Formats: sequence, structure tokens, C-alpha cells
Amino acid sequence: MSAPPTASAILPDDSGPQPTAEERWRALRTISRGDVVYRGMLTLLALALPLLLLTIAAGLTAGAWPAVRQFRFGFLTHSTWDPVAGTFGALPLIVGTLYSSLVAMAIAVPLALGVAIFLTEFAPRWLRGPVATLVELLAAVPSVIYGLWGVFVLIPLLRDAVWPVIRPAVSWLPFFKGVFYGPSVLAAGVILSIMVLPYVATVSREVLLAVPAAQREAALALGATRWEAVWSVVLPYGRAGILGAVILGLGRALGETMAVTMVIGNRHEISLSLVEPGYTIAAAIANEFAEAVTPLHLSALVYVGLVLFLISVAINAMARWLIWRVARGSAAGSAAV
Amino acid sequence: MTPRLGRRLFGAAMTGATYGAAALAILALGAILAMLVARGAGSLDWNFFTKSSVPLGENGGGFAHAIVGTLLIVGLACAIGVPIGVGGGIFLAEFGGGGLGWLVRFVADTLNGIPSIVIGIFAWTWIVRPAGKFTAFAGGVALACILAPIVARTTEEMVRLVPNSLREAALALGYQRWRTSLQVVVRTASAGIVTGCLVAMARVAGETAPLLFTALGNQFFSTDLFGAMAALPLQIYVYAVGPYDEWHRQAWAGALVLILLVLLLGTFARLVTRARRHA
Repeated sequence: MSAPPTASAILPDDSGPQPTAEERWRALRTISRGDVVYRGMLTLLALALPLLLLTIAAGLTAGAWPAVRQFRFGFLTHSTWDPVAGTFGALPLIVGTLYSSLVAMAIAVPLALGVAIFLTEFAPRWLRGPVATLVELLAAVPSVIYGLWGVFVLIPLLRDAVWPVIRPAVSWLPFFKGVFYGPSVLAAGVILSIMVLPYVATVSREVLLAVPAAQREAALALGATRWEAVWSVVLPYGRAGILGAVILGLGRALGETMAVTMVIGNRHEISLSLVEPGYTIAAAIANEFAEAVTPLHLSALVYVGLVLFLISVAINAMARWLIWRVARGSAAGSAAV
Repeated sequence: MTPRLGRRLFGAAMTGATYGAAALAILALGAILAMLVARGAGSLDWNFFTKSSVPLGENGGGFAHAIVGTLLIVGLACAIGVPIGVGGGIFLAEFGGGGLGWLVRFVADTLNGIPSIVIGIFAWTWIVRPAGKFTAFAGGVALACILAPIVARTTEEMVRLVPNSLREAALALGYQRWRTSLQVVVRTASAGIVTGCLVAMARVAGETAPLLFTALGNQFFSTDLFGAMAALPLQIYVYAVGPYDEWHRQAWAGALVLILLVLLLGTFARLVTRARRHA
């Protein structure tokens, strides 16, 4: 039977100098060389993103410079686009971009809000997940497929089935003047509305989910119907976030390229009529860039690209700020990805 | 006191309207998918996947060059974009509390909102113009610029979801910070990060606009990254706006393949997260 080990056999030899409590703390807080390298590498990778934004801005500015010097800001207010004569004015493109996007938002916003309200307030629980997934799936469909569908399904449908029916009722309106051949601002607006709907609906849904249940309960306790609770309490509570969702959708619509290029008709003219062809900034770049012959034509295209870039940066900053204000900390802002 | 009948009816009508909105959104999706299958499925045969374009006037030919082109360009985009995105995302989650974190987050969101055609101009300005030729490499870089910010934001979210107690446990066991971060925190979040990458891949695989004047498109089979290359969305675009029925038929088939590729990546993404959750 051996003697139980004494304390001195277990504890380390404490004859040498012992670290003080403070030194122990410092040892714990010490950041090793590995930590410095790790953090440095991650910082470099993260810095690639701001660098990328700067290079994009610099590239666009440099490319647009010849056109900027020649046309100044008159470029934005003139409407002649003649590559042969070397005269470029982007007004029809800018107006066309805004007009087609506004048409899209006019259709998409009520629908998207309806979907968001359905998903957060009225749908049976078992239906919410599947419907949300299907709506998000709309955002996964590539732009060129929307374009294909627009050319071969939507345009014939609008021209042969919808237009003959609604024409007698609406043709006196300035929005429906002219002959409807198919490719038009209307077709572009409808396609765009389907494309931005999932973005507006998904972000609005996140915003509505962030509205405290107590708000709804209070309204219901005061005798409101469920719809009244939604309309007069939930929506106003989330209005900044919903506005952010709408602006985010608008940003998508303004920059959308392929589907619009395929269905809008590509005509450099300003017209109030929805049934006539139009043009957008993105569509003009897509169509003319690879075939531009003169350096000035190229530069003019980069100049409108720069305008589109600045518009989208401003719009996104505004939307993020609005969403962030409502849903601080919740996932509403990042869901916009 | 019950609400008066008029108010109740109005409420019921508006509730019905929200059902209608949801039904309409799903109907649009259904109409698009159904049309893709109806018009595209018939043309998917062996030739479609093994042959490239044939000269005008001949029937037949396929999308082999475009499918391979898309795989190569998207692969290149991942090779460039994923390290930046994942690294940036980990930085945001682990060290992103300060001003630099705010800046990177804001820039990533801004980049997400930049129209893809503008990214195309960017790649053209810095790569195609100096080189003097259209290259698949420029297309890959353009797609990487779209991919990286998306991956950065999803990676950040996934890393943030890892409970702090895991990190504390690793530190208490004497792990250095970087090993804690990499081998415990990031590893726990890895399924989510992979999901984010797959979702971003699905998004850029369908992009056409940034390739229009970078990879340009090509009627011939090519694996040369430093020359013009075909891609699925480009080929669909060219065939869809062309005047020939034969082209339209193949455009539908190509679109069906593209949407299947996108859905496959999406499903895969879901499976990765689900498998992890049940493990």
C-alpha cells in the first residue's frame, strides 16, 4: 500500500518566479502572431469590396470623360441620339427608364404588399412556407428567361387577347394612343413588375414580421376587424420599411437589362403612350455597346452607364437607410440580398 | 360589440384580395415554368447536349458549347469571388463592429444593387479594352464582382448565427483566437456558407448582361479562357431575338436547361443546410 501523493507531488514546482495575477491576465489577452495574420488577411479580403466600388466608379468616369467634356450636362436634357452625326442626348433613355419602371411599380407594389400581408397576417400557417418559397423562386428565374417568355408568350397575349378587349374603353387616354404592335413600354412594365414583385414582397414581409404582435392585439381589442388592424396599425407602423422595400424594387427595375431589351421595342423617342415602343439606359447599352464604332459613341454609352450607376447607388443608399431604421437588428435589411 | 356588417364585408373582401395577389404571383411563376417545359422539353435530346451550333440553314445542332462555356465562366467567377466573399464575410462577422465594418457592409449592399450591365462596362473598361479582345476571363471577373458581395453578406449572417458559447468554450480550452474563429466558429457555419455560395452561383449563372461585351458569345466550341466564349444565357438571348423558328426552338430548350441548372443549385443549397441541421 503506497502512501497517498502529497500536495508537492501534484502541484508544479513553485520554486521559480511565479507570474503575478496581472501577468496572467496579460497572457490571456495576448494576441498571438497567428491572430494578427488572420485578421490582416481577412481585412485585405474585405477591403477588396470598397476597392472594387472605387474601380467601378473610376472606370466609368474615365470612360465617360470624352462625352462628358463634349456634351456637359446638356447630354441629360437633349433627345437626339445619332451615332453617325456624333450627336448624343440621353433624355429619351432616362425618361424611358423611369417610365417603364414606374409602370412596373404601379403594378407590382399593390400585388407585393398583398402577398406580404397574406404571408404575415391571413394565410394558414401550413401555407406560409410554401407560398413564400414560390414567391422567392420568381427572383431566381434569370432575366433572359423572362425576356424569352415576354417575347413569345406575354406580347402575343397582350396584343391578341388583352388589347382588343380593353382598346375601346381606353384608347381615348393619352397613355394608350397609337398602334400596338407588341414590343412596348407596357410589355416591359408588365415583365418588370413580375421581376421586382418577389423583392418588394420578401422585404415587406420581413418588415411586417418585425411589427410587434401587441400592436395588432391592441387594435383588435379596440374592436377593429383583422383587415382594419392591418390597414390602420400594422402598415403605418412599418411604413418606412415598406417604402424602403419599394425603393429597393425600383432600383432593381431601373437597372434591369435583358428582359426589357427584348420586349420594349428599342426606339429613341419620348412618348407618353404605353403601347408604343420605348428605350431604357440599360437596353441601349446592351444593344449598342459591342457594335459602337466611334469612340464618342462608346463614351456616350459609358456616360449613360455612369448616370445609371449614380442613380442606383443613391436609390440603394436611401432604401437601406429606410429599412435599417425600421428593422434595426432584425434580418430585414440583409434579406434584401 | 361586433363590427358592423359593412366593415366585416370590406375586411373579408380585402382578405380575399391578398389571397388573390398571392395566387397571381404563383400563377405567373407557374405560367413561366409550364411554358419552359412545354416548349423546351421536346428539343432536349442527345444532340442538344453534345453538339454545338450549326451554320444557318442546317437543322440540328445543340448547346454543348454554351453549357461548357457557362460552367467555365461561372467556375472562374467562383474561383475569384468566393475567397473575397467568404473572407470579407468572416471579417464582417468577427471584426466588423467598427467603422471599417460599417463601410464594407454598406459597400457590399451598394454593389448588390448596381445593375449588372454596369458591371459589364466595368470589366470591359479594365480588361477587354486594354487586352484588345473579348475574353471569357473578363466575363468571369464581371460575374465574380456580382458574386462576391452576395457571398460576403450571407457568410456574415451565417457566422453570426453561431452561438457565442461555442467561441467561449474554445477560448477557455486555450485555443488561440484565429484557431477558434476558423476551426470552431467558421466550421460550425460552413454549411450555411456553402449554401450562400450556391445561391450566389445560381444567381450569376443566369446573368446575361455582364457577358454581352466581355465573353461576347461564340458559335463554336471553345475552352480558351482568353478568347470569346459562349454561355447559356447569351446563346438563349441571341437565338430568342433572331428571326428563325429553329433558333426559337433551341432557345426554349436552352432556357429549360438554364432554369434546371439554377433550380438544381438552389435545391442543392437547401439540402446542404438541411443535412447539417439534422446531423
